Amino acid sequence: MPETAILLENTCLTLDGNAGPVNVLKEISLEVPKGESVGMTGPSGSGKTSLLMLLGGLERATSGGLNVLGNDLTSMNEDQLASFRMKHVGIIFQSFHLIPTMTALENVATPLELSGRRSAFEQAESELEAVGLADRINHYPSQLSGGEQQRVAIARASATEPDILLADEPTGNLDAENGEMVMELLLGLSERHNAALVLVTHAENLAKRCDRRISLRDGRIG
Amino acid sequence: MKQFPAATRIFLRELRGGIRGFRVFVACLALGVASVAVVGTVRSSVEEGLSREGASILGGDAEIEFSYRRADDAELGWMRSTATQMSEVVDFRSMATAETGTDTIRSLTQVKAVDDIYPLYGEVVLEPGLPLADALAERDGVPGAVMQPSLANRLQLAPGDEFRLGTQPFRLTALLEREPDSVASGPLPGPKTIVRSDDLAGSGLLGPGSLFTSKYRLEIDESVDLETLGDEAKALFADRGLQWRDSRDGSPGIRVFVERVGAFLVLVGLAGITVGGIGVSTSVRVLLEQKTATIATLKTLGAQGNTILAAYLMLVGFMILVGVLLGTVIGAALPLAFSSVIAEFAPVPIAIAVYPVPLLEAATYGVLAGLAFSLWSLAGTREVNAASLFRGGVGGVRKLPSPAFAAAVLALAAALITAACLFTGAVRLTAWTAAGICGSLLVLSLAAIGLRTLLGWLARTRLMRGNAILRIASGSIGGPNSDAVPVVLSLGLGLTVLASIGQVSVNVNNSISNDLPDIAPSFFAVDIQGDQLQRFVDLTEGHSDVTDVETAPMLRGVITRINGRPAEEVAGGHWVLRGDRGVTYSDFPPEGTVITEGNWWPEDYSGSPLISFAEEEGDELGLGLGDELTVNILGRDITARISSFRVVDFSTAGIGFVMAMNPGALTGAPHTHIATVYSTEAAETELHRRIGREMPNVTLISVKEGIARFAELLGKLVAAVTYGSGITLATGFMVLIGTAAASERLRTYDSAVLKTLGAVRSWILSYLALRFAMLGAAAGSFAIIAGGVVGWAVVTRLMQFEFAFDAVSAISIVAGGSVISLAAGLLFALGPLGASPARILRARD
Repeated sequence: MPETAILLENTCLTLDGNAGPVNVLKEISLEVPKGESVGMTGPSGSGKTSLLMLLGGLERATSGGLNVLGNDLTSMNEDQLASFRMKHVGIIFQSFHLIPTMTALENVATPLELSGRRSAFEQAESELEAVGLADRINHYPSQLSGGEQQRVAIARASATEPDILLADEPTGNLDAENGEMVMELLLGLSERHNAALVLVTHAENLAKRCDRRISLRDGRIG
Repeated sequence: MKQFPAATRIFLRELRGGIRGFRVFVACLALGVASVAVVGTVRSSVEEGLSREGASILGGDAEIEFSYRRADDAELGWMRSTATQMSEVVDFRSMATAETGTDTIRSLTQVKAVDDIYPLYGEVVLEPGLPLADALAERDGVPGAVMQPSLANRLQLAPGDEFRLGTQPFRLTALLEREPDSVASGPLPGPKTIVRSDDLAGSGLLGPGSLFTSKYRLEIDESVDLETLGDEAKALFADRGLQWRDSRDGSPGIRVFVERVGAFLVLVGLAGITVGGIGVSTSVRVLLEQKTATIATLKTLGAQGNTILAAYLMLVGFMILVGVLLGTVIGAALPLAFSSVIAEFAPVPIAIAVYPVPLLEAATYGVLAGLAFSLWSLAGTREVNAASLFRGGVGGVRKLPSPAFAAAVLALAAALITAACLFTGAVRLTAWTAAGICGSLLVLSLAAIGLRTLLGWLARTRLMRGNAILRIASGSIGGPNSDAVPVVLSLGLGLTVLASIGQVSVNVNNSISNDLPDIAPSFFAVDIQGDQLQRFVDLTEGHSDVTDVETAPMLRGVITRINGRPAEEVAGGHWVLRGDRGVTYSDFPPEGTVITEGNWWPEDYSGSPLISFAEEEGDELGLGLGDELTVNILGRDITARISSFRVVDFSTAGIGFVMAMNPGALTGAPHTHIATVYSTEAAETELHRRIGREMPNVTLISVKEGIARFAELLGKLVAAVTYGSGITLATGFMVLIGTAAASERLRTYDSAVLKTLGAVRSWILSYLALRFAMLGAAAGSFAIIAGGVVGWAVVTRLMQFEFAFDAVSAISIVAGGSVISLAAGLLFALGPLGASPARILRARD
């Protein structure tokens, strides 16, 4: 029986909106074992990204259980959550979210430095080589194409060899060729590190390439 | 022109968004304009006050002054025929002596001997409130006198007690609270005693050759034109050493002083406006960066570069008007609001009101500086291309302006400097200040770019690997979108002004309070009569703690002509020509004299008068060997030929005469002797007592006390200038806040990303704190160097003192810079620290 990476039990998320509280996620229950990839689809506003943020400890569940790798995320404070992410979680965004004042190498080395790795830069260089960007390591994000930026983001997310990879529409801003390359990288990483991968996407064909597909509608798994 | 309607519409739509994005812009400009307007308004208020009170400050509608003599019959006759009333005041320094039981206390005082109709204008205020005539009246055979409370305290006198001036006893009847003509005496005379002139007849103080001035205050009929009358007096008594003043400019010394301090403070204000300009430039740049997408969209829709430029120029112009108007209103209102406080502390009459010229001056600087600094950033609008919509847009508008824009910016800067020259009237000072500010801006820019490049490079090297906080802080200063340049410029310039003042103040204070007493004599003795000289020398040289005594015959003379032409026409307003100068005579060059050109006259020379002139001053006046100088001494013209030049060092406070003549030239001229005595402090007290007892007419001037008075005056001046520069630093702080606020969005984003990567809040706070401290330390370090250079230049070149770099003041500047930068930065770190990464990052998706 594979080890459980993510366990949600009747988890709810309510956010404050302009017109009052909005129930974004309603009684979500989900279990993802290590090494499994889950493709999450659903219409805009169905709560896919919010669920991803919840799993990464970037949002706090309003009620219900949220256990990741045996840790109860609901009982952690902000700094404990940050340390938890540093050790166990890698996140990839649709808009890449690289730090614009850092080169590709520095962006990838930052989480390694934060975790106190002595060989942070050497390892970051290897990660960039692995995503085919060996010749772009000293470029700033503004000097890279969208596909290249997303590959830097993947290298950054995987550099600490996380147990969980969370990807929020990672191919949303890319063309088909780059999108395909990014998917290959993500699935390969998940497999290589035995990491649970939760992939949010609008594209059914990408979701189908995951081990399991779930669909979200109006804040519920449908 | 076709584009004008479209540009106007874009401008109006942008204006609908309000001035939120322009708050720092408006604040920076308003602060700079307000500081100049306040300084200008106070200056105008003092000038107006001096002008309105001209007659009572001067003591009459006009005043004729003679040095070391009273007016002769011809002069008195002319004055009586011209004036409806005339009052004579004799001014001199003397020693006041009080006996307290067994002890004798002596103190230097400025004696003002007046006649029965003094004061012609205004009122003398005494405590208790007696009329002056009653206070000075003789009672029981002892004439009355009044003196300032500080002097009475020093002499331990109370009204009713007796004291002596020379050999004449006086009774202190009241304390002098206020005299209408005190301002005209200038800032440095000693505490005053007023007596009747007639009562000094037996004092032995106004003997032949004594150092005194006689002033004749005239009440003139209103129908008489003072300028014409002044010209007539000067023409009639041109070569008699007469000095004319009238109520149009009752105290030229004070007026010039106020003008100079005012001009200097306006220039400090200009530095403030420049710092504000950096804030303006930064605000415009940030605004344009935020508007890149809008501009690119407009261009996609067919808007031309010039249309966009015109629209944003209108927007910026509108904001400049708002800032300038706000600054002008504040500048006009502040002095009015604090008028009673200012009037209480001002040592001169002050008429606070709204004066249009200083407001116009401040507004002109504001408009020109606002435009110059905005245009630099605005030039970027034309460079934005539609394609930036599809890119990251990082640093999209940061390019050097085209040559046309650079020329326009330079023209505006030139107009600003020209306006400052015209308004302050101090062309040289303004030009030097402008050069200093431009030079500092240039060097600061280069330093900031250098810092950015160096830190960017260091962040990428192995040196910083392993220290993530240091690397990321360095990388954020050295990477794209860095705010290093505006932060270092604004803070650096503000701190440079303060550091310069710090270095000048410390060095001048050291020179005056520490170095000078080591080389200066302990005290001067003036008015030593010829028959007292030998006894004086015996008394002082005979004391075991006296190391040296120097004496010289002393006369005073005014140089009226150079080679037969009026002196001022030949050499302008050089200080040697302003008023009277010391003249001595000797058969031999005094010991240690260094003759640089020509020869001293032979012993017992009896030919036509010869003169040995101070080398440096002679050079400044354009004098050469053989030139003829006409010197008016005690109303008599002596024309002498320059036979030599010699080195005269005024910096040691020893005896230094600009002019020395052969003894034969001054035969018969009544004169006294001056002496300098080098002794220990204990010996000084004892000698004061003995000389005072044996030679009561001799005035002793303690160098230590003089230095203390000068240091006190200097301290007040430095404080005024420091407060003025505080505005520059305050503007710098405002720019920092603006820059920190502008970069808050970027820092918040960085922090959100770092949090997703696992950074805890303390780590992010450390990174932000280190980043701002590094920028502050860089600005402070530059300020130390620049302040040192400026301080050195002012101290050694302008003031001609020794310069030693003061580390304490320098360290305070760096520490202050770091703290200020840190404070401004951390003020805006709370946002990034508390922001939810999920919200920030999703907002960007």
